[in-house]
Order: sequence, then structure tokens, then C-alpha cells
Amino acid sequence: MSTITTTTTAEAAAAAAARHSYGKLIAWLSARTRDVAAAEDALSEAFAAALADWPRQGVPASPEAWLLTVARRRLVDAHRQRRQHDGVADTLLLLMDEAVDGHARREIPDDRLALMFACAHPAIDAGVRAPLMLQVILGFDAAAIGSAFLVPPSTMGQRLVRAKARIRQAALPFAVPSLAELAEPGGADRLAAVLDAVYACYAEGWTDAAGTDAQHRNLADEALWLGGLLASLMPEMPEALGLLALMLHSHARRHARRDDTGRYVPLAEQDTALWDHTMIRQAERLLHRASALALGGAGGGPHRVGRYQLEAAVQSAHAVRRLSGRADWPAIERLYAALARLSDSPVLVLNRAVALAETQGPAAALALLDSVAPDARLADYQPWWAARADLLRRQGCMAEARAAYQRAIGLATDPAVRAFLLQRLAQSEGAG
Amino acid sequence: MQYLLMIYSNEADEAKLAPGAEAELMAAYGAYAGAMAQAGVMVGGERLHPTSAAASVRVRSGKTEVLNGPYAETHEQLGGYFMIDVPDLEAALHWAARCPTAPYGTIEVRPIWAM
Repeated sequence: MSTITTTTTAEAAAAAAARHSYGKLIAWLSARTRDVAAAEDALSEAFAAALADWPRQGVPASPEAWLLTVARRRLVDAHRQRRQHDGVADTLLLLMDEAVDGHARREIPDDRLALMFACAHPAIDAGVRAPLMLQVILGFDAAAIGSAFLVPPSTMGQRLVRAKARIRQAALPFAVPSLAELAEPGGADRLAAVLDAVYACYAEGWTDAAGTDAQHRNLADEALWLGGLLASLMPEMPEALGLLALMLHSHARRHARRDDTGRYVPLAEQDTALWDHTMIRQAERLLHRASALALGGAGGGPHRVGRYQLEAAVQSAHAVRRLSGRADWPAIERLYAALARLSDSPVLVLNRAVALAETQGPAAALALLDSVAPDARLADYQPWWAARADLLRRQGCMAEARAAYQRAIGLATDPAVRAFLLQRLAQSEGAG
Repeated sequence: MQYLLMIYSNEADEAKLAPGAEAELMAAYGAYAGAMAQAGVMVGGERLHPTSAAASVRVRSGKTEVLNGPYAETHEQLGGYFMIDVPDLEAALHWAARCPTAPYGTIEVRPIWAM
């Protein structure tokens, strides 16, 4: 009887370890050295060693501990080669002993949340926080991240390198702020920055919601995974639960967003039977727990009703259509009014106007839109022109509606959305 | 900064488009050019005849040579271009992603060498 570990098994084990442990191992290594780039190099060497070693020796009992031990050895070697007698190598040696002694019995501590807070630190440029998280927690390469954020891979690579250098040079803390720190002025912003970066990953994922591009892993799924991680690591933070509820509500409709011919279907026209009802229930449970925490808790600071709970509540009000046949438009309008008090984003005004059209008619909605029309941020914002076109059509202003449809079509990136808008334009031309 | 968006796609595939699909593509291009004009970024742009209409010229050792066809035989061919004026490469890439050919062809974005 022989136990033959095939290359395929070893590769599969390495791939599984990579997916499940990548961020955890990077977090452990970099939290102790503050050197994310060196941790990445060491871990990638450890994965290469695993692929060479496991087919011959068999997959170790704890692949995660094996990878960590090898990666740490590489870190120590790298420091010695650079002849840096700064004590770092000695520290690493001590850490190695800890690993050898401990990991056969103990779980590797999960420092991913601390790493996420380091990635979203105020000293890190806001635009690079989400890309940085995708790289260090999930192991995406610069090319895939650059594609998702429409930035050349070389530019994205440079930004990521700079951000990691900043973490090291500025000695940014690898720590989860305490409840007291989060309650301090600006503390809530620290948490919001982490949530915003995860949500940015999700929003970029939406641009390829159908996951038609097999070359790139579906970013929306990855963002959901990060959101689930956050909610499980911070189960007492209502906004973390709110963010996950928001993404789950949105994701529950992924199969209803395209018709049989691949054309985009707007939310109000989606077949609710195609929604993922299990996911909706999960989102509702999270939202209830978040509200109980936010309203029943001490209030203020991190324990409050924030942006993500309100946005999740909007999605919840849309989701009631599966039961009642009609979205709760008055609630949606009130929620967007509340959101508009938290942020001056004209996108919130646009969404409130769409709800207002349902409760008071298109004229009231168009009047609200006109109040923010001069905002330069809207000039290239496709949903603005599409919503405006739809309201103008319902108001009977066909010439203006056609011009707005044209603008929306010209700004569309998603071919499914472009095809939908072209169809609406053709229909409005038929209507004179 | 000015950028040239060079629109590459497979001519043979495009020639096989159904009349309805071609009309839709043309309507999409009209809207795309209109949106760039209204955003104030459009410098110019044209559609090109297929590469079967191309001729290439070069001078070697003082002698001119004229060849039928494009500079290089490629799987996708240059079918048109837009010149735009935007703040940076990222903005240029966002406009390139909106090009109606982008979902099946390739848009090469090149900065103009300012003299």
C-alpha cells in the first residue's frame, strides 16, 4: 500500500491554502515586521516551495503552519542577506521559535482586521485603500486590480508599492482601534474607511456583475467575502453588519439584472422570482441585528445608524416587492433624505428623486434634479442621464428625453446597459 | 493632455453584422461622440475605410515602394480613432472603456507627444 500524493493534489492543497490563508499569513507576518512587501515576497516563495515539496513529501497536516514557518525563514534570510543588523532578524528568529512551538497545537492568530485598518489608515491615500486590501488580503496582482479600477497595471503597481512603503516608513499601527478609540472624534471615520474600501471593491465588481470576464475573478464575490470577514470579526459594529446586509441585498438580484438576450433590466422591472430569497433573508437578519445594536446601544460614536445601515434599509424596502408586489417608495424617499444629511453626494439626490417620482410624480422629481444639475460631478455620471431621460419621458418632454438618453448611451460602459438605453431611445422616437 | 484612442476590431466579423446590429452600433457611436463633445473633451475623430482600401508607402535606398494593404497584417485592424483632451491617462482610459467597440475589440490609448 502506498500513499502517492500527486502533483494535482499538492497544487490543489496549495491553492486552497492560498485562498483561505493568504491574507491571514500576510497579516501575521506584516503585523510583526510592518513590512508588507517583504511578507508578500516571503509568502510567495513559501507557496513555490510548497508546490515543489508537497508532491514528494505529502501535504503537511497543517498547510497553513508549514507555509508560515517557511515564509518566516525566508524573511529572516532576506534580512540577513541585506546585512541589516537592526534587530529585526533577531526578532524574527524569536518569532520563528514561537511558531515552531506553537503551531502544532494553536491556531494562527487572525490579524487580518488589523491589516485592513492599516490599509485604510488616514495616512494612506483614499484611492489606493481598496486596491491595497485586494492585494494583501486576497492576493490579487496589480494587473487584475488595475483592470478593475481602470488604471494601467504599471501605475497600479507603483501605487501599491508606495502605499506599502508608507505603512513601513510611517510605522502605521497594525491594530484594531478599541471601542473607546472608535468613539473618539474621528474614530468612526477609521471604521468607515475600512467599510468604504470593501464597498469600493463591491462597486467595481458590479461593472462586471454577470462575471462574464473569466480572466478576472468576480470582484463582487470577493468583496462579499471581505464583508463577511468584517462582520464576523466585528459582530458588535452595526455599520459592519449594515455593509454586509447592503451587499447581500444587492447580490441577491444578480440573476435578475439581465434578460434572456443579455439586456439590462432595471430594478423596478426585475422578476422577483429570480431574486435569491435565501440571501435576502440573510440580509434582513443582519439588518435587524444592526438596528438592535444601533438603537439599543449607548448611541453615538461607532454605535449609531450610519450610511450602510440606511442604504441596506433602502434595499430592504425594494425587496418587499417580492411579498407585496410594490416597493415601499415612501420609505425609500425618507431613507434617501436621511442619507442626504450625512453626505452632499448628488448621487443621493438622484436616488431620492427616483423615489419621489413614485410618490409624487415625475414633475416633483425633475424639480429636485434641477436643484443639483450644475454639479460638475454629474456631467460624466451615466445613471444621472439615464434617470433624467426616464423622468422626462414620463413627463412627456420627448425631445429633452431623447437628448438625455443619447448622453446616457454615450457614457455607458456596460454593453447590456447600452443596449437597454438604445431600446428606450428607439421607443421614445416612436412616441414622437 | 491629449490622447489618441485607436479603435481596433476584426473587420471581417464587423462586416458580417446584421443590418439591425450595425444600425445599433452606429447609433451607439453617435451617442458616444456626442457625449465626448458635450463633456468638452473631443478634439476630433473619424471612421476609416477597411484595410482593403489601404496602401502603404516607404522609401528605401532612394526608391519609393508602394504596397497594397495596411502596415501590418493583424487579427484586429484599426477602424477609426478619436482624439481627446482630458486631465490624465485615467480619464482617457475611462473614455476608452465607454467606446462601443471596447466590449469586443481593443482600444489603444496613446498620449500625444506635445511639441
